[in-house]
Amino acid sequence: MDLTLSPADEAFRAEARTWLAAHVPRTPLPSLETGEGFAAHRAWEAELAADRWSVVSWPEVYGGRGADIVRWLVFEEEYYAAGAPGRVGQNGINLLAPTLFDHGTERQRARILPSMATGEVVWAQAWSEPEAGSDLASLTSRAVRTDGGWLLSGQKAWSSRAAFADRAFGLFRSEPGTPRPHQGLTYLMFDLRAPGVTVRPVGRLDGRPAFAEVFLDEVFVPDEDVIGEPGGGWRVAMSTAGNERGLTLRSPGRFLAAADRLVDLWRGRADPSDTALRDRVADAVIGARAYQLFTYAGASRFLDGGTTGPEASLNKVFWSEYDIALHETALDLLGPDGESADTDWSEGYVFSLAGPIYAGTNEIQRDIIAERLLGLPKGRR
Amino acid sequence: MRFLLDAEQRAFADSLDAMLTAADTPSVVRDWSRGDHDGGRALWSRIAKAGVFALAVPEAYEGMGPHPVELAVGFVELGRHAVPGPLVETVAAAALLAELADPLPAGRLLPSLASGEASATLALDGAYALDGDAATTRLALAADGLRLAPGHGPVRASLDPARRLTPLTPGGELLATAPPVAHALVWARLATAAQALGVGLALLDRTVAYVGQRTQFGVPVGSFQAVKHRLADAKIALEFARPLLFGAALTMAPADVAAAKVTACEAAYATARTALQLHGAIGYTAEYDLSLWLAKARALRTAWGTPAQCRAEVLSGGARRW
Repeated sequence: MDLTLSPADEAFRAEARTWLAAHVPRTPLPSLETGEGFAAHRAWEAELAADRWSVVSWPEVYGGRGADIVRWLVFEEEYYAAGAPGRVGQNGINLLAPTLFDHGTERQRARILPSMATGEVVWAQAWSEPEAGSDLASLTSRAVRTDGGWLLSGQKAWSSRAAFADRAFGLFRSEPGTPRPHQGLTYLMFDLRAPGVTVRPVGRLDGRPAFAEVFLDEVFVPDEDVIGEPGGGWRVAMSTAGNERGLTLRSPGRFLAAADRLVDLWRGRADPSDTALRDRVADAVIGARAYQLFTYAGASRFLDGGTTGPEASLNKVFWSEYDIALHETALDLLGPDGESADTDWSEGYVFSLAGPIYAGTNEIQRDIIAERLLGLPKGRR
Repeated sequence: MRFLLDAEQRAFADSLDAMLTAADTPSVVRDWSRGDHDGGRALWSRIAKAGVFALAVPEAYEGMGPHPVELAVGFVELGRHAVPGPLVETVAAAALLAELADPLPAGRLLPSLASGEASATLALDGAYALDGDAATTRLALAADGLRLAPGHGPVRASLDPARRLTPLTPGGELLATAPPVAHALVWARLATAAQALGVGLALLDRTVAYVGQRTQFGVPVGSFQAVKHRLADAKIALEFARPLLFGAALTMAPADVAAAKVTACEAAYATARTALQLHGAIGYTAEYDLSLWLAKARALRTAWGTPAQCRAEVLSGGARRW
């Protein structure tokens, strides 16, 4: 058991740190959840990609560096420690790309991944529907067979960044009337600007159009944009969900950097006699370290040939609740300034509030932990 | 980087677990609570033979240590089986004696602690020492230094009946004038964190088993979401305490160990509350064995550093910690 990085990994860390120090914008970019901010973040993706820093864990042929999981964790630590911008390409990079690596064809990878790596094409997810949230398998949006492809119709909801993104991926019912709801679903990719697509931006809590409803009316999708077998989309999508809940969506580096900033804020602002607030700051520091070490343990299992299973649900509940507590502590430390909507802390706070809801609500995650990790009997939800 | 226990470390845990499972620790605990130490001493000797105490004693003093990671592995198992006695205190005493400027007390006292012939208790804040009536070596931090206490006062009951609190008699031989108390505290907190994690894991296991077989309204109560979600939260708390424990054992930095201590103890205590609630009335009885772990989770929470003291330690360092 050890936590020592190899000299080569340390050299990688130094290289990343040097590059980031020279390139990270001095002033923060406008909010990712605005048109202006989205464009600025897209340009940043291109700058990252130009020196092959946008997708370090991908093979070199698609614009990556073939970094193993430890180097990816190291990169993320450096990335957030440097105060670098949020990643506008994250839905594609973290959710769609792993699916393409596992279930896509070589042609699909060659066609889709390079423009994802540069931010030229930004992807949105299209899972939920008005009547299919936690019970995702009950979705009713249809894919109907047509010459050379499929016609998509229906409504998708809560599609993050669909207001500004280029393309989307999600599940559609291609075989109605199957005995079980998760059968007969197909995993498809579509253009958000194709004929028949209407995107209606929806303001999140602070009014910014962070997500959108997507209406589809006989939208044509060619066969080449099906991932995996038609009708076998559930299994393909669940492998994405595993990635989303697991090691890839929220890296420890993000929380280590946030906890550091919180400690700085506390040292600069806090009343030393306020031990209640001090305890919460300590918990933020401890939680970031716990999450880092938990992730290193998971990465070690990966290196030894393991995979992410239901353990990913432990991770998802932990980071989503941690993120809110950290930002609540920061806003309380700011006192009256905590009310301002234009700080990094307030932006992070609003963002964090969605964490326990998306990527499988924390209630669903707790069911998974109880049934699949603890072995408790299934029951009615 | 491989942040996982290796095969040898896992085998050490498994062998201790098997030995302690066979030892019927609940009856040993109940005897110990009444001041009958015979079964506990026999168990102590087997734990020592397995090498647990030697892990805290340097080779120069007939130990095998210091090996904090393996010690943490061992103490998780001791906690899991609710083993009674001054376990943490013996480790802390060994760490303290090994680092005294004068090597003579270590040469005299450490070999028997490593072998299990002796056990130690330790009072650093002047109040009570754990199991001073059972320990053979009683160390007390007095105003003028570390003393070998000549005896102990009357036993005071603890919320955990298996923890017998004893004042130490003032006076006795002066072993050192400036003992490295902070060093001993780090070892005490590490061992307590490990023990607490083991207590929490046992409480979770027992409760999962119970709600799986306890039937109400015609179904196992463990099929109810309200029950499942409490157990899921206990699982999350324990599984995030575990890497902090082993990360701290690797660095032995005071802030890391304090983080592990407060997190493991709070996770164990939260699990105890959940275990009691989900067992219902049967869990609220002394005769049901669950009480042995419930009581220990509460006691360990404030032993060797309160939650607030540990959190303050976490923030006491410099700028970037990790």
